[in-house]
Amino acid sequence: MTTADADPRQATPLTAPHMLEYEYTRSVGPVIGRFFGALQERRVVGVRTAGGRGLVPPQEYDPESGEPVGDFVDVASAGVVTTWAWVHAPRPKHPLQRPFAWALVQLDGADTAMLHAVDAGDESRMSTGMRVRIRWSAETHGDIHDIACFEPEDAR
Amino acid sequence: MRDVAVVSFAQAPSVRADQLRNEVEILMPVVAEALGRSGISKHEIGFTCSGSSDYLAGQPFSFVMALDAVGAWPPMAESHVEMDGAWALYEAWARLQHGDIDSALVYAFGKSSMGDIAELLTLQLDPYSVVPLWPDAVSVAALQARAMLDGGHHSERDMAAVAARSRRDAASNPNAQVRTPLDEAAALAEPCIVSPLREHDCPPVSDGAAAIVLAAGERARQACARPAWIRGIDHRIEPASLGARDLATSQSAALAARHAGALGGAFDVAEIHAPFTHQELILRDALGLGDRATAMNPSGGALVANPVMVAGLIRIGEAAQRIIDGRARRALAHATSGPCLQQNLVCVLEAD
Amino acid sequence: MSEQVYGIKVPIRLDYTYVVGTAPARFLRGLAQGKIVGQRCPSCAKVYVPPRGSCPTCGVPTRDDVALSDKGIVTTFCVVNIPFAGSAVKAPYVSASVLLDGADIPLFHLLQEVATEDVRMGMRVEAVWVPNDELQPSMNSIRYFRPTGEPDAPFESFKEHL
Ligand SMILES: [Zn+2]
Repeated sequence: MTTADADPRQATPLTAPHMLEYEYTRSVGPVIGRFFGALQERRVVGVRTAGGRGLVPPQEYDPESGEPVGDFVDVASAGVVTTWAWVHAPRPKHPLQRPFAWALVQLDGADTAMLHAVDAGDESRMSTGMRVRIRWSAETHGDIHDIACFEPEDAR
Repeated sequence: MRDVAVVSFAQAPSVRADQLRNEVEILMPVVAEALGRSGISKHEIGFTCSGSSDYLAGQPFSFVMALDAVGAWPPMAESHVEMDGAWALYEAWARLQHGDIDSALVYAFGKSSMGDIAELLTLQLDPYSVVPLWPDAVSVAALQARAMLDGGHHSERDMAAVAARSRRDAASNPNAQVRTPLDEAAALAEPCIVSPLREHDCPPVSDGAAAIVLAAGERARQACARPAWIRGIDHRIEPASLGARDLATSQSAALAARHAGALGGAFDVAEIHAPFTHQELILRDALGLGDRATAMNPSGGALVANPVMVAGLIRIGEAAQRIIDGRARRALAHATSGPCLQQNLVCVLEAD
Repeated sequence: MSEQVYGIKVPIRLDYTYVVGTAPARFLRGLAQGKIVGQRCPSCAKVYVPPRGSCPTCGVPTRDDVALSDKGIVTTFCVVNIPFAGSAVKAPYVSASVLLDGADIPLFHLLQEVATEDVRMGMRVEAVWVPNDELQPSMNSIRYFRPTGEPDAPFESFKEHL
């Protein structure tokens, strides 16, 4: 019989790689399903709350009142940056593999903002309040990746 | 309301990566120390509640295995929250209000070092339209920092000042992890990681654990010469959608503070759970702290030691310890959870 | 009116470097030497294998290593008839709880070299190790357990360990 090291820091670590991987298939429901369905056709739809606020992306319930939302509304595929953050070194999972901005974008006709990437090329081209538009993916599949990213509206 | 107090607190020193000990091995001495200081045995404890996240360990139900650190025999009354331990403390406080038990053990643990914590926290976002884009925790915090800066009331210089003060305070906290002093001017000249956040604006990656013993009424007086009485505690949450919130303010923190009775009077100490520098500025505004707190995060806060799922409970412990030690008479403790201060808990602690 | 989308695929992948801990590391390093190392609780004297660093009933650290035999008793078992994805073993096979001589908690492992219908509670079994040059700090160092042919252990001798 031996006794474990009095000072565990003198032992050497024993570690092992461990990978957690799931491909979740998420049921999206009638509201978000309609949003993704529209994206597949390169359009954006939101919902109108009882109070008249347009939620994009749509939600099943008004986050303020908890009431079910009303009609679907079409909104523009361009809007305004309400806040942004510049990523100097993208991570492998990020949607763009060159420096880009994350932004909350309030599309014209919406009262809430959606999170996505803005391919602006350089941080100096980003500002709060700037106008951006959707750059659609070459192929659409009915999910958020149908929006490849946003780009400054004054871009070619 | 029944009078309930923090009667003891213990924590493991926060480290970048404990490569030798598993969660149970980190937790055991901490739980033993908290129970030991209170003089309340594990057999007397009426309720045990813990806070942790299975995603940190990458192992479902890892919180069940953590019970090995307590010794769940004979079978005990236990609960767990997949949240910071501060919310486990709230549950234990509520449980003590039932009146049939007199003490509770609260603990929290987290080893952020085993995975990529910034990416792991992505999973708390909207799974339909946000998670597939994988915005990491620093990026999401940076969106909030920009919103605050755009408001015009705080500057990047103010943010650096928060970091510098936290590092100074860390020097006298043996449990802190980041103690190198920060030259504000030099730090501001550093490039951003995710603009507008620089390295000094972000928390370290930490492994840690903490435990608190709560007791009610006379039992608290027996367990501790100077119990830290919980005079008010409340928590509030905001919508999950980042684009539906005003990120530059914290209305949930303000509301929790009002319901916890934290908006009036002075505090000898305030321990605020702000993993990012800008979040302390937002919280100071929301809590109306201004110059009402004599000592602001004297432990150094989450900017110098940020064991995820533990750092909020540590704030309550640090604030309570100052009352127990006699260094403070009235203290405010705050904990946060979720992206961009989505959820906030405020606790007012007082000596007799 | 656009198509309704019903579901989306959201692949999640997280990478970890798992830290086994001080006590499990001693157990795993033992396996790499062809030994089975448990730990004894200083409070109730129970011997745990694999050790996780604490006594789960007393809640105190276990510090003293105990060298255990690689022979033991089948305390309980199940017959797996339906293979699961990724299983390396051909069904039907037996998964057993093996109480090693000197231990107080059974170890889970595979039981082979015996017909499934012949497996019994109380059956004496022994570890079959991989060749010495394939030993590693992993449970895979033991390929499986097999019957020793010794007489069965009486139920009374292991009823406390079920
Ligand atoms: Zn024991």
